[in-house]
Amino acid sequence: MDTVSRRVSPWVSRRATLLGLTSVITLGRVSLAVASAPTDQRFVVVILRGAMDGLSAVVPYGDPGLAALRPELVPPSPGQDKGLLDLGGMYGLHPAMARSHALYQANELLVVHAVAGNYRVRSHFEAQDYLESGADHRMTSGWLNRAVAAMPVASRNQTDASSCAIAIGPSVPLLLRGQQAVANWAPHGFAEPQPSLYQAILSLNQGDPITGPAITAGLRDRGFGDQVLGDHVLGDHVLGAQVAGGPPGAVPAVAEVSAQGGSQPGMPMMDGPPRAGGGRFAFPALAKAAGTMLAAPDGPRIAALELGGWDTHTGQNNRMVQPLTQLDIGLEALKTALGESWRRTVVMVMTEFGRTARMNGTKGTDHGTGTVSFVAGGAVAGGKVVANWPGLGPGRLFEDRDLAPTADIRSVAAGILTAHLGLDQAALTSVFPGGEPAQPMHGLVRAA
Amino acid sequence: MDLRTAQAMVRFGLGSTGSEPPQADPSAWLLNQLRQPDWPWPGPQPSTEEGLAAVRADRETKPPPGESQSRALYRAQGLAAVGRAVATKTPFRERLVWFWTNHFTVSLRRGQCAAVAGAFVQEAIRPHVTGRFEDMLLAVMRHPAMLLYLDNAQSVGPDSMGGQISHRGLNENLARECLELHTVSADAGYTQADVTSFARILTGWSIDVRNEPLGFMFRPRIHEPGAQKLMGRTFPDGEEGGIEAIRFLANHPSTHRFLATKLVRHFVLDTPPPAAVHRIEGILRDTRGDLGAASAGLVGLNEAWTPGTKVRTPLDLVVASFRALDVPVDPSPPFLGILAGLGQPLWTAPEPNGWPDTAVDWSGPEAMMRRIDWAYAVAGRIGDRDPVALAEASLGPLYRPATKDAMAHAGSRREAMTLLLTSPEFQRR
Repeated sequence: MDTVSRRVSPWVSRRATLLGLTSVITLGRVSLAVASAPTDQRFVVVILRGAMDGLSAVVPYGDPGLAALRPELVPPSPGQDKGLLDLGGMYGLHPAMARSHALYQANELLVVHAVAGNYRVRSHFEAQDYLESGADHRMTSGWLNRAVAAMPVASRNQTDASSCAIAIGPSVPLLLRGQQAVANWAPHGFAEPQPSLYQAILSLNQGDPITGPAITAGLRDRGFGDQVLGDHVLGDHVLGAQVAGGPPGAVPAVAEVSAQGGSQPGMPMMDGPPRAGGGRFAFPALAKAAGTMLAAPDGPRIAALELGGWDTHTGQNNRMVQPLTQLDIGLEALKTALGESWRRTVVMVMTEFGRTARMNGTKGTDHGTGTVSFVAGGAVAGGKVVANWPGLGPGRLFEDRDLAPTADIRSVAAGILTAHLGLDQAALTSVFPGGEPAQPMHGLVRAA
Repeated sequence: MDLRTAQAMVRFGLGSTGSEPPQADPSAWLLNQLRQPDWPWPGPQPSTEEGLAAVRADRETKPPPGESQSRALYRAQGLAAVGRAVATKTPFRERLVWFWTNHFTVSLRRGQCAAVAGAFVQEAIRPHVTGRFEDMLLAVMRHPAMLLYLDNAQSVGPDSMGGQISHRGLNENLARECLELHTVSADAGYTQADVTSFARILTGWSIDVRNEPLGFMFRPRIHEPGAQKLMGRTFPDGEEGGIEAIRFLANHPSTHRFLATKLVRHFVLDTPPPAAVHRIEGILRDTRGDLGAASAGLVGLNEAWTPGTKVRTPLDLVVASFRALDVPVDPSPPFLGILAGLGQPLWTAPEPNGWPDTAVDWSGPEAMMRRIDWAYAVAGRIGDRDPVALAEASLGPLYRPATKDAMAHAGSRREAMTLLLTSPEFQRR
């Protein structure tokens, strides 16, 4: 990404002029048609797909009910070795998020806790659709697209707000889909998934005499150690069935391959060492690209990014580290790339739902409800945890299993859209249609 | 979709797309494709003449690597070829086109081939996949791409007028590979004398890259004079001798056996079952090399309907993934980098024997990891569609409950789609 980012140079092309667009941002070989922005403010939304466990990301260590629910999932207290990063006595940030902690201490990051959408489903796909639609039903457009449409046209010779938004990734998420044209950019070719997905893929292929040994060896070659892959994966009974074994060409039919389940209980975790510049840090690279584009004078103002790997049903202590680290480094990369524009930036990090308050039988957590949302940026009134804390004690959990939601994720978004991008109440009803209008949460953005 | 339909789609076709209606009679669907014309491709298809003009221009301007006209033509042709495979409604025909293209490998390892590799497929391979093998072989041997790739354009008969003056001589490359890789194969027991003789026969089969029309040209001035003996037969002097020799080789029993073996390896099993080879060999012999009849014979082989016996090559995997996602190929040049990254750069086989057709060659650890990484990248194109529905449309009964279960536990549609594309059943055809 280094070479790519350096080559960003806004220029006006003839084609762009013909299209009525005012500039084309070039990033490497990719050209983006971007209209003049109606605002100087920057807004970035990061979707964490797979349901981040808010109680692990921002641990309410001051709640006396916590330890009983998930004794093995609580990091050491602040001040201890590998302990939580304190957020003021009640909450502690996961130790993998040191950079974010620095942002918090600089009043550039706040946490909204016990937050959820205004729906109660525990299906990833449905919940993600609702989260992105901004409604209690699935729509064909997303709230961020409608927000772009509703943005007040700024005074400076602006006539068109189209394409001031960009989706960073291989496709435009529902969040940004809709009537407003949006740009889309992704690095071409190959991406490295989260270790948890590698693990699910390995699990699915384990019984296969060709793909199973190959993927096992491939993961090992890439630095996932024996303790990571686990003895039973590397055992002779698997490695003995090498591709070269048996008569050449005698490939068993798929139908003969024994069925394997999805993620296996007790499956050892992959926590391979981070590789400098490797694809395992794809999200920071995307964040950097987003920041670079957003920083350009004629670049986009609104961006959406995604980060997966949060579905921590097993071995959560290990599995949380990778995505949290990616998020942590990504936020820093975004800030660095935005440079001077960081002070006009708000980043909202949201996930479809939280996870069970109690640890499950495989040292993980299952689909839940309340979770956290991060709000970061130079324009954020940070350094605080915003929560109407529901408590974790007896009778306090939602349906006796999940952190009870006391804040609506749409209110967080509405609070940013109004205070940061200047949307009014009428605009909010189109951005978040149906039912009770989302009330903007106040105090998220620093007064200008 | 029943198992036979699913198998027809993946084994004989290129993987099914969600928008394709399931076939009630899969055998009839396949056999009909052999009788139909090709699915028409709407995009431009640069001709050999355009390609050679690009080669000529590049010789004059000497552009930096990667910026030549030839390279631009390669990118355009490559994208069209893969785009066509993704979009075609006659995927069995298209698979045959890719099979025969690989049989008659032309590779960019020889740089000049970049400009004409796509035109080679269009002009020498595609028109003949259900025609006679001798016609395909003749079209291949006269095509500038092959004449460039295997050096015959420069081969000079030592006793020809041109040879006497220039003191240049034979280049056996095309003659040898034609015998070994395209027709009778080493099993036929030909000798070095046969190779030399065939090379003499082929002298003068050259290209005109200076004057229009650019393309194949027989140059009598560099043709080795006199009749030549090849594998016990005598062939007359002149261009006609080469044509006769090619028709003789195309219809040789060893050629039928060799082609049958390769076809059965591609459509049945890495280790071709002898009985199946025997059947196809018999069809080729009885029909004097009718490739349509041989292809129909493959459909009739019971052995070809056992699921999962073939691991997809990277090209197969990429095409099948795009078809499963039911999205068009990115119209951007780096697309071709995907195939390179997966170890099978388009029309760039390392050697004239083409890409291997066995699982062992494609299932190395890092190769498999790259498949996963690419799958994760392309799976992002699922958007808001239902991955399970795509899986069912793509695989029908080949879709295993274990994969469905793993997908149900995925954290996002993209992850679910990645699991589909990396599942054992999707890695096979």
